[in-house]
Amino acid sequence: MIDKQKATLGDAMAGIKDGAVVLIAGFGNSGIPVELIDALIDQGAKDLTVVSNNAGSGRTDVAKLLASGHVRKLVCSYPRTSGSVVFEEMYSAGRLELELVPQGTLSERLRAAAAGIGGFYTPTAAGTKLAAGKETRTINGRDYVLEMPLKGDVALVKAERADRWGNLTYRLAARNFGPTMAAAADLTIVQARHIVELGGIDPEQVVTPGLFVDRVVHVPNPKQAGTP
Amino acid sequence: MKPLALKGLDREAIARRAAQDLWDGAVVNLGIGLPTLVANYVPAGREIVYHSENGVLGVGPSPLANDVDPDLINASKTPITLVPGASIFHHTDAFVMIRGGHIDLALLGAMQVSEAGDLANWSTGDEKMPPAVGGAMDLAAGAKGVYVLMEHTTKDGAPKIVPSCTYPLTAARVVTRIFTNLAVIDVTDGGLVVREMAPGVDFEALCARTGAKLHLASDWRQIGA
Repeated sequence: MIDKQKATLGDAMAGIKDGAVVLIAGFGNSGIPVELIDALIDQGAKDLTVVSNNAGSGRTDVAKLLASGHVRKLVCSYPRTSGSVVFEEMYSAGRLELELVPQGTLSERLRAAAAGIGGFYTPTAAGTKLAAGKETRTINGRDYVLEMPLKGDVALVKAERADRWGNLTYRLAARNFGPTMAAAADLTIVQARHIVELGGIDPEQVVTPGLFVDRVVHVPNPKQAGTP
Repeated sequence: MKPLALKGLDREAIARRAAQDLWDGAVVNLGIGLPTLVANYVPAGREIVYHSENGVLGVGPSPLANDVDPDLINASKTPITLVPGASIFHHTDAFVMIRGGHIDLALLGAMQVSEAGDLANWSTGDEKMPPAVGGAMDLAAGAKGVYVLMEHTTKDGAPKIVPSCTYPLTAARVVTRIFTNLAVIDVTDGGLVVREMAPGVDFEALCARTGAKLHLASDWRQIGA
């Protein structure tokens, strides 16, 4: 029998090691797995590299993880948003390493890792500061930049529905990075608002097949990121 | 001495003006900031599909307060609605659309635009200020066309339309039209051509607030006329 459900958030975090690369799904405050992030802070793994589109707002969720001091490096496309006070404090104090990645390159580097691709050429950022030091190549008269896959040790994903095999659906635009990150990590941990029976999700409606998911924990009333 | 502030259009009016140039059937990405306001304006008789980088095609106008859903937001992270026919997809697909040339037009904000159409909108180059690029470089490289919506000058009155960008580039030679609070300007091989000016703005005043050389189209009009 396949049962990926974990009884508690603590159980879901077991075994995450210091130095892990942690992919955190979400865009702005939509799709952020707040309870999983809190559980990661409690679990205590340090020296983490966090990959997330934004850097949190206020002092909750991603911002709270940064403020915990458990994060060495942030890989991010848009860390400076309204309310990104923790990021700004830590960045200006030199307490956080930042790798700034164009959003589509971030997504595609994750997808490449998920798909076993060893790297890819993209015109995004060609000729800009963000291509500095990277291999470039002219293909059919256009300049391309070589980008490398970005694999996670762990992914934290917020789903709307899950079954015990880890099949997932998402709510509206909270889907964002979830499917790609779920496929791009060795250990994918999902919080789901609803746990349904096997077969309870129409196969045609499954967005992330359970193959990409390792652990599922039921969080029936998830907090919205950015709210105290 | 910097010229006195010239107000021109408000942000909603810039967005409304830009929407008039979107054609029936166009698929248009709305970038962070001013461009996301364009979703509130679809010219009568046209169907325009607004795309948001976080995985939405068919962005509708801003919701009423009672209809706000925190899981329906745009690039600016402000609430949106969906129009009939809308679709939701994940980030990688959103950027397959952007990077693969499936988006007709990207409407982007800018810190600077050069007379050659170079775009700078992610960093001032100040190492102390944290940068933020988001989807700007993907959109600038991948969309079939790029229009910019921005205030004509900085808050301090410095020109944002310049001979060449002093800020780090997002992409070179991508912008073909600029909508500001003061004017509508085309980037052409022959330089910057002023097509329209806001009520109360004359060419001399516009040039005084622009770093690059402007050419006034012989058939220029007042915005909204």
